[in-house]
Amino acid sequence: MPAGPNYKWMIPFEYLEHTADVKFRAYGRSPEEMLSNAAAALFKAMVDPATIKITKFWNVELEAQDMEQLAYQWLSEIVFLFETESAVFASFAVALKQNAKGTWRLEGRIGGEMIDLKRHAFENEVKAVTLHQFQVTKNDLWCIQAILDV
Amino acid sequence: MEDIIKISDNIYEVPIGYRPGMRVPGRIFVSEELRTMVEPGTVDQVANVATLPGIVKYSMAMPDAHLGYGFPIGGVAAFHEEGGVISPGGVGFDINCGVRLLRSDLEAKSVQPLINTLISALFEAVPSGLGATGRLHATDQQLTEAFVAGSRWAVEEGYGFEADLAHCEESGHMEGADPSQVSVKARKRGRPQLGTLGSGNHFLEIQRVEEIFDEDVARKFGLFKGQTTIMIHCGSRGAGHQICTDHLEVLARAVRKYNIDIPDKQLACAPLGSPEARNYFGGMVCAANYAWANRHIIAHWTREVFERYFPGSSLDLVYDVAHNVAKIEEHDVDGRRERLYVHRKGATRAFGPSRSEVPDAYRNVGQPVLIPGSMGTPSYVLCGNDQALDLTFGSACHGAGRVMSRSQATRMFAGKDVKAALSRDGIVVKATSPGMLAEEAPQAYKPSGDVVDVVHSLGIATKVAKLVPLGVSKG
Repeated sequence: MPAGPNYKWMIPFEYLEHTADVKFRAYGRSPEEMLSNAAAALFKAMVDPATIKITKFWNVELEAQDMEQLAYQWLSEIVFLFETESAVFASFAVALKQNAKGTWRLEGRIGGEMIDLKRHAFENEVKAVTLHQFQVTKNDLWCIQAILDV
Repeated sequence: MEDIIKISDNIYEVPIGYRPGMRVPGRIFVSEELRTMVEPGTVDQVANVATLPGIVKYSMAMPDAHLGYGFPIGGVAAFHEEGGVISPGGVGFDINCGVRLLRSDLEAKSVQPLINTLISALFEAVPSGLGATGRLHATDQQLTEAFVAGSRWAVEEGYGFEADLAHCEESGHMEGADPSQVSVKARKRGRPQLGTLGSGNHFLEIQRVEEIFDEDVARKFGLFKGQTTIMIHCGSRGAGHQICTDHLEVLARAVRKYNIDIPDKQLACAPLGSPEARNYFGGMVCAANYAWANRHIIAHWTREVFERYFPGSSLDLVYDVAHNVAKIEEHDVDGRRERLYVHRKGATRAFGPSRSEVPDAYRNVGQPVLIPGSMGTPSYVLCGNDQALDLTFGSACHGAGRVMSRSQATRMFAGKDVKAALSRDGIVVKATSPGMLAEEAPQAYKPSGDVVDVVHSLGIATKVAKLVPLGVSKG
């Protein structure tokens, strides 16, 4: 676990035990990195990222009043794109801006390819992001905790 | 579960004060044995629900209760129309996930020799698994009609028969659909998936009636020993998931607006009568109706497969139950008839003979209560009792309930071993992915018989028949 300001390493994310669903924590030195790692955690719960080639990109723009709402929208957007584009993703670049009123704007660039069931072995199908125990915190690191409905 | 008080056999109380803010006690309906399988987190979730405004009598958990999000799975709670709330956390993402049972006039012994062929044909006929899109290619207009009219729309389109409708909960469509509360995203997810089974624990199963517990009621339900039945378990697919996701975000803001203190964000809710509550209900009904249409279409394709191999045979609908939904129902509260919003999250309605909602054909016995087992284990048909109204607002459990996480099951079992073990028991399984088979291994669930026995002992519903799987098509 990352601790103290002088950490030398940081795990990008970890999974926690949950009876019916998938629970994870993702970390970042910035909110951008946390959101990127959270997306990677969500997707790795479905498919081994090593089997995904990045041949195509999808752009995402989101806006929210606070970081928690933005994170929920971002993860839900990835589920939506996965299902409607029939694509798998392995890279998640995030750029953030916050205006004077505190509103966050996210521009995301998601890299991946179309689903090929011969190469992509699915462990789970994430159907939604729940708000159960959903939390974004900032201490030395940014941390998000989420439970996925599978 | 040390802080829990035993009230009587199979009834445990979570007292007010178990956590701060509880307005009513919790009630968990489990046997001594099943009690040991209830995780502390599940009890916490029962207590969390008890803090919601306007909750009536108890926050309840059925015998299959296990850890969910917001409500526990197996959670039931009713809310006063005045001063109460509606919460997507009490419905779930897969709105109107449910079970439908078809009865064949064929003996299982004449179906068994063809079981491999039939399962393969059903696997082909009913698209399932990840990224499955329907054979239907619904237009936007058709999608709207499915949202509004559910199974009735399906019948008008030529899927199934008029007579089927009387044998669906709510006649296969709930009033109050508001398609303007279905986002473009939800339509985009839902449109290609209409007429698909999905993945995870959803299935289409060919079964044999192995045992009849109550001959009279079984006759009313059209069931006999040795008969072939078909069970379909699925829901509202991506449409329901997206409708829940969209409204959850709105309701998460509504709790701040209306100053409602919730212990878990998934319990986001809005006061009944508020625009946010009305909008969620209108969207939820659309998803519920979509699910009924979906099961109707799948049943139709199942009938086509049976007609191909057994020309002239019939597959009649016994019943179709919803097990993830919020309903407006009238119940007696402190001697007064009152309209309540009853949330059932992984719980099935179990109405007895006194309720007008029970179809005419079953009015003098009570509704069929369908409780599927896990893959490879028996499913049960029960009959709803009036006693359940007082005890559980007329609700029963919806399945066996998990005992281990999906990831734990995947670590412990290999898909091919699960398949081989089932095959040794004579059960044919066809699935799109071995990983999905592992996480649905029978050992990952509580024994379905134990769960059903609690429902029976409490008098919520009475056992009618036991169905064992012959073959399963999975997503």
